Amino acid sequence: MGTVAVQGLCKSFGKVQALDGVTLDVPDGAFFVVLGPSGAGKTTTLRAIAGLDRLDAGTVHLDGRDATTDAPAARDLAMVFQNYALYPRHTVYENIASPLRARRRPSGEISAAVERMSDLLHIGRLLNRRPAQLSGGEMQRVALARALVRSPRAFLMDEPLTNLDLKLRVEMRTELTRIHRSLGATFVYVTNDQVEALSMADQVAVLKEGKVQQVGTPTEVYERPANQWVAGFVGSPPISLLPCHAEGDRLVGAAGWTLPRPRWAAAQDGRPLLLGLRAEDLSVERRASATLPGELYGLEPLGDRTVVDVRVGAQILKVKSRPTITGTPGEQVLVAVDLDRAHLFDAGTGLSLSEAGR
Amino acid sequence: MAVSVDEAVSAGPTPDRPPPARRVRRRGHGRSVLEVVLLTVLAVVMLFPVLWMIETSIKENRDVYAVPAEFFGFTVTLDHFRDVFVGADGGRSALSVAFLNSVVVAGVSTVLATVLGVPAAWAYSRFTLKAKKDQLFFILSTRFMPPVVVVVPIFLMYRQVGLIDSKLGLILIYAAFNVPFTIWMMKGFVDEVPAEYEDAAMLDGYSRLQAFGKFTLPLLVPGIAATAVFALIFSWNEFVFAIFLTSSDDVRTAPPAIAGLIGGTTVDWGLVAAASVVFALPVLVFAYLVRRHLVAGVTLGAVRR
Repeated sequence: MGTVAVQGLCKSFGKVQALDGVTLDVPDGAFFVVLGPSGAGKTTTLRAIAGLDRLDAGTVHLDGRDATTDAPAARDLAMVFQNYALYPRHTVYENIASPLRARRRPSGEISAAVERMSDLLHIGRLLNRRPAQLSGGEMQRVALARALVRSPRAFLMDEPLTNLDLKLRVEMRTELTRIHRSLGATFVYVTNDQVEALSMADQVAVLKEGKVQQVGTPTEVYERPANQWVAGFVGSPPISLLPCHAEGDRLVGAAGWTLPRPRWAAAQDGRPLLLGLRAEDLSVERRASATLPGELYGLEPLGDRTVVDVRVGAQILKVKSRPTITGTPGEQVLVAVDLDRAHLFDAGTGLSLSEAGR
Repeated sequence: MAVSVDEAVSAGPTPDRPPPARRVRRRGHGRSVLEVVLLTVLAVVMLFPVLWMIETSIKENRDVYAVPAEFFGFTVTLDHFRDVFVGADGGRSALSVAFLNSVVVAGVSTVLATVLGVPAAWAYSRFTLKAKKDQLFFILSTRFMPPVVVVVPIFLMYRQVGLIDSKLGLILIYAAFNVPFTIWMMKGFVDEVPAEYEDAAMLDGYSRLQAFGKFTLPLLVPGIAATAVFALIFSWNEFVFAIFLTSSDDVRTAPPAIAGLIGGTTVDWGLVAAASVVFALPVLVFAYLVRRHLVAGVTLGAVRR
């Protein structure tokens, strides 16, 4: 068992409201990712679950039992810190053994467990070193080993891959997913990297300024963002948002363009809207049924694809294209829109209007 | 390839024309003439009294009073040093008792200040407290007053509670003076130890105090040593409280005891000098041991972390 449920967490540091009523429900065995930009309150949420900070309001339930006032040691959790927090005076072996020593396990069990961990994470040759003699990737593995050496209720991970270089990060993503699957344990994983969130998570909670914006599977968060902000935060290149309004069976852009109104667009005529278009749902075309006229603004070749910037009115539209595409800035182009996959947001509240009709 | 800067320069293409700045530095062995002159003057002014004290301590009494003064060629004697420790009756001298008192008073008060100050510094560094800055300022403010300002009220209080003329009284007042200093200096050291070690330890299953004791405290040992030496030096050198609050020979510490040697009809300057040398030695040794931290302590807060 390993469920984590937090309800109405509030925490302020001075004048800054770090958490503003955060409620999350992490089911047993889930890989639950808390995603948000820096300063969104992700780490504070994790520290609240761990019991490291005193809360202003809210409750933490572990396995259905109220653990809000429990000491960290009594919560039976393990945590990987962003900067690893390996004990500098202790060897790698002692670092990994620490959670078992704290719980006074017999030494035979400890050495067996440390050996198991060093096999799992390929750090056997490091056991006698001290943290200062390790590379960033090695430290990360040791920190992970220290967390995994026990079988706690849940694992808390605070941006554990942030300090690694790109290649290692991609490797460790796969590794972590593998470990999660083999352990079947509950992971609460904090990151500001949407790729990590989308690639590893069973469920994603998107956090902004201490408030939960949306909870759902990675596909849900990407395909059906609850609001304009989530749409803009998740996805790379970021979604393009065009101001417009509905007029009968058409959508009329502020820049003058018109598109057929999607059937699902359940908005009042004349109300200010934002049309959200992801780069992969757009293409630069000669002829198409639903198109936006624009001006080629720039090309951004990325190897496997080229992102074309097209200016529509005052806005830049990001369009994902074949890597072979050519063009000169200033050229007039048409952008074909896959309206079935477009998003519509209320310009005032930012909330998605796409869901009702779909 | 390991080539020092000097080698690289001399092996360069223009060895006959070194930069002018280097030429000046060569002549003065790395310092300009003005620097050397000023440093020499400063050194003589600072060190002459010390040299004179050491000379006096090993001169025979008639040489001490010789006019003109003899710098060299006097008879060397260690009688004064014997007199510091051995009394006229062959037993223990009053001065040696005073030195022992100094050791006890300085030692115990330092231990007390450290035991109280280090956990306080940890708490001030780690926890969010109401009006923390004001509290810390208040703690520091107890050091604003010079001892001579507070010695009279303390004398009266000590007389009431029976702490006058006792080593315990001195220990308590020195500890009280050293605790604020310990808190402030140790807080700087604790601030530099990441709190995450304790967080990690608590998740490992340790209590907060265990986490501090097992993981943070060992990292603080150099800082504690440096802070303790500062406290020790303060207590060892302290004169004002000692002379006002103690009077009997078996309680008095070394500073008032040495001062007490001056003021009779005749002054045994050799004995005064020898006692002063013995008194100064521990401080020199300790200051040497913590010379690096001495600078760190002085510049604490000025260094960006």
